This record gives sequence, C-alpha cells and structure tokens, in this order.
Amino acid sequence: MGLLTPDPGLLFWMVVVFGIVFFLLAKFGFPVIIKMVDDRKTYIDNSLKAAREANAQLANVKAEGEKILTQAREEQARILKSATETRDKIIRDAQDKARLEGERLMEEMKKQIETEKESAIRDIRRQVALISVGVAEKVIRTKLADGKEQTELISRLVDEMVESSK
Amino acid sequence: MKKVRYIWTLVLLMVFTSGFASAGTSHEEGEVDVNELVFGHINDAYSWHIVSIGDTHVTIPLPVIVKSSTGWHVFSSEKLNEGEYEGLYIAEGGAYDGKIVERNAAGEEVRPLDISITKNVLALIINSAILVWIILGCARWYKKHPVENGAPKGGVGMIESLVLMVYNDVIKACIGPDYQKYAPYLLTAFFFVLVNNLMGLIPFFPGGANVTGNIAITLVLALFTFFFTNAFATKEYWKEVFWPEVPVWLKAPIPMMPVIEFFGLFTKPFALMIRLFANIMAGHAAILSLLAIIFITVKIGPLINGTMTFVSVAFGIFMTALEVLVAFIQAYVFTMLSAVFIGLSRVKEKEEKE
Repeated sequence: MGLLTPDPGLLFWMVVVFGIVFFLLAKFGFPVIIKMVDDRKTYIDNSLKAAREANAQLANVKAEGEKILTQAREEQARILKSATETRDKIIRDAQDKARLEGERLMEEMKKQIETEKESAIRDIRRQVALISVGVAEKVIRTKLADGKEQTELISRLVDEMVESSK
Repeated sequence: MKKVRYIWTLVLLMVFTSGFASAGTSHEEGEVDVNELVFGHINDAYSWHIVSIGDTHVTIPLPVIVKSSTGWHVFSSEKLNEGEYEGLYIAEGGAYDGKIVERNAAGEEVRPLDISITKNVLALIINSAILVWIILGCARWYKKHPVENGAPKGGVGMIESLVLMVYNDVIKACIGPDYQKYAPYLLTAFFFVLVNNLMGLIPFFPGGANVTGNIAITLVLALFTFFFTNAFATKEYWKEVFWPEVPVWLKAPIPMMPVIEFFGLFTKPFALMIRLFANIMAGHAAILSLLAIIFITVKIGPLINGTMTFVSVAFGIFMTALEVLVAFIQAYVFTMLSAVFIGLSRVKEKEEKE
C-alpha cells in the first residue's frame, strides 16, 4: 500500500497550492497583521508615555499652584505685617512728634509766661516806684516844711538803707 | 503549576493511549472489511465519496488529468466507474493499487504522468482557500480599522492571538536575531498545517480528507523547511557541519563526524515529515477503527453490539477530542521544530564564549 510513497500528482499540486498560499499570506496576510500589532504596541506605548507626561504635568501644575498660593499667602502676611508695623510706626511717630510739639509749646508758653511775668513785675515795680516816688514826693512836700523833721527823715532813711544793705 | 503538570500528564496519557489504540486496530479485522474502510479513507481517491444510502453512493466525481503515452487526457472520474476509459483504468492490487494506470507495449501496468485533481488535491485547495480567506480577512480588518480603535475582538482577535503566540513564543524565541525574515513562512506553515488538520477532523464533505496525513503533503512542507534552513545558513553552520569541533581523528582521515552531520541535514526535515504524517494518519485510522467496531460486532448479537456501540462512540468522542488537541500540537510542533532548525542554521561565531 503506497502509504509511504508520495504520489507525484499530489506532490505537484501541493507545491503549486502551498506556493500560492505562501505567496499570498507572506505578501498580504501576516506582514499586515504583524505590522498592525507592532503599530498598536507603539501606539499604546506612546499613549502611556503621553499619559504619564500629562500626569506629571498635572502634578506639576498642582504643585505650582500650591506654591503660588503659599507664596501669595506669605506675601499677604508679610504685607499685613509691614502695614501694621508702618501704622504703628506712624502712630508712634505722630505721638512722639505731638509730645515733642506739646513740650515745645509748653516750654515756649512757660518762657512767654515768664517773660510776661517778669515784664509785668518790672512794670509793677516801675509803677510802684513811680507811685512810691510820687507818694514820697507828696509826703516829702508836706513834711519837708520843717527842718527838724527833714533831718529826722533823712537819718531814718539812711538807717533804713543801711539796714537793708546789711 | 500543579494544574499544568496534571494537564501534561493527561496529555501524555492520551498520546500513549492513542498509540496503543492505533497499534491495536490492525488486529480488529472482521468480516466487515475494516482494512478497506480505514485505508480507503486514509489513501487518496479519484472521487470524493460522501455517503452511501443503501446502494446509492453519493460521490463527487473529480477531474482526472493524465498524460499517458497517447497524450493528455482530461475527463471526469465518473468515466472510470465502468472500467477502462481511453486506455486508462484504476489498478486493483499490485504496485499501483488504486491509481490510474495504463498498459505499455509489453502488457505491464505503468503509471502515466498523473496530476489529477484527486480528493486530497481538492481538499487541499478548499482548505487553502479557507486559510487564505481567514488570514486575508483578518488583514483586511486591520486595514479598515485604524490603530487607535484598539485590538480586534472575536474571530480576528482569536487569529491575532494565535499569530502572536507563534510569532513571539516560537519564531522569536527559537530563531534569534533575524527572525523576521522567516516569520511569514513559519506562520504560513503553522496555519496551513492547523487548518488542514482541523478540516480533516470534520467528518463530512468539505472536511474529512486525510490531507496532512498524506506523506506527499508533509514531504513538501519538510522540503520548504529544508530550503529555509539551508538556503540562508551562516558560514559557521556549514563549518559545524563539515569541520565540527571534535577531536581531529573523528573527522580525518575518515570524516566520521562530517558524514553524520551531513546526514543530520536530511534527517531533521525527514523527522518533521514522518512525525506530522504519522500522527495525523494514525489519528484518522484510530477514529475510523473505533467506529468500525460498531459494524464488526453487528454479527455477534444485539446486546454486545449495543454495548460495543456505546463504548465505540464514547471512545470515538474521546479520540476526536484528542485529535483536535493533536491537530494543534502537531501544527505547533512542526512550526517550533522548523524554527529550531532554522535557528540552528543561524549560528554566529562563538566570540562571546571564548
């Protein structure tokens, strides 16, 4: 039984048919499939990479936002602080100035008052002197009619003077 | 891991039992001509017998194409049913049993050049058409769907996973660096063997032919592998064949090792040829023999016949299921061994080793 002897006719057809099948599949079949699978692999890889990058960027953006927010907050705190400081300083300065001014005014006042007082005292003195002189004149004019009394007066005056100069 | 071991044990068990089954069948020839039944199927034929109901045989006649001593003859195989036609007839017994022969001047039977579309040729063409249709259909799917739409589902996805399995696990793993050049051939061989194996298991018309269980088919496949192995082999490969690294007395003056290595070139594809042929042929023979039990036991009595029918059908189902597995395994093994042989022919000089 020719089980182990290859039949030439079948051999011929097998070569023809397998040749055609091989040609068709090797040209239009498998390379297309393999290429598409490879392309898909590349595409998936690229997509994954892009997704990873996007993720990283998102995280970056978040961090950036957080950073900006923190910075803003710090800035705010700083500005508030400096504003407070400025305010306090202005107030303190104003107070100082006001005090100084007050003191100065007070001093001036005092000086003026002093001057006024002195001039008033001087005035009073002069007036008193004039009045005294006038009174003395009048007294003297009435009293100096008598020589004795003149002498007494003079001596009393001299005594007084001596006494006061002591 | 344990599960895998169980599966392998089961597979090995199945392979052994199938071996026993096929070995045992030759003794089961009863009054029913099992031999004719089995080998009538396994061997090629000039017409495709589908079914016989009573005395009516449903048969597809196939074209006979013969170049005899009287020139070309092309006619339907129906004409041969009545006997001789145009000096040609189907031999009964003898060296050319079942083949178309003519008588030469001396009255001896001789075979003319016979390229008839036989049952196997038609099955081969049908199966190849199916294969081309499946693969080109997949390729067309890829052309219609841009990469962005994602992976295919259903049938195309199944073919793709098969292609990738062979491509990544077999071709890439066995050949090494320049595997891409060989990928189309190995993928074609895998799917060709797979489709023909599976079609052979379908018991009615478009399938059922014993294509990959015919030695002519496996011979051509093995020759293709032989060609791809040796045509693009590296210098190092030929050096290992004709001047291998063995003690000098083994290769000169009597070139023992080179002769062995040289024969190795042919035994490798020869093993491929015999393995595929024997496996598929034995599978067909085993299934048919098991089913033949039903008809053998008819004469013994209804009780035994009924029991044996049950046993035979159960075994038949088992064997067919096993053959589905074998169909895949043989396609895989053929591809893998071809890839390994090609990989061996791609050896580079061992610079790294020394």
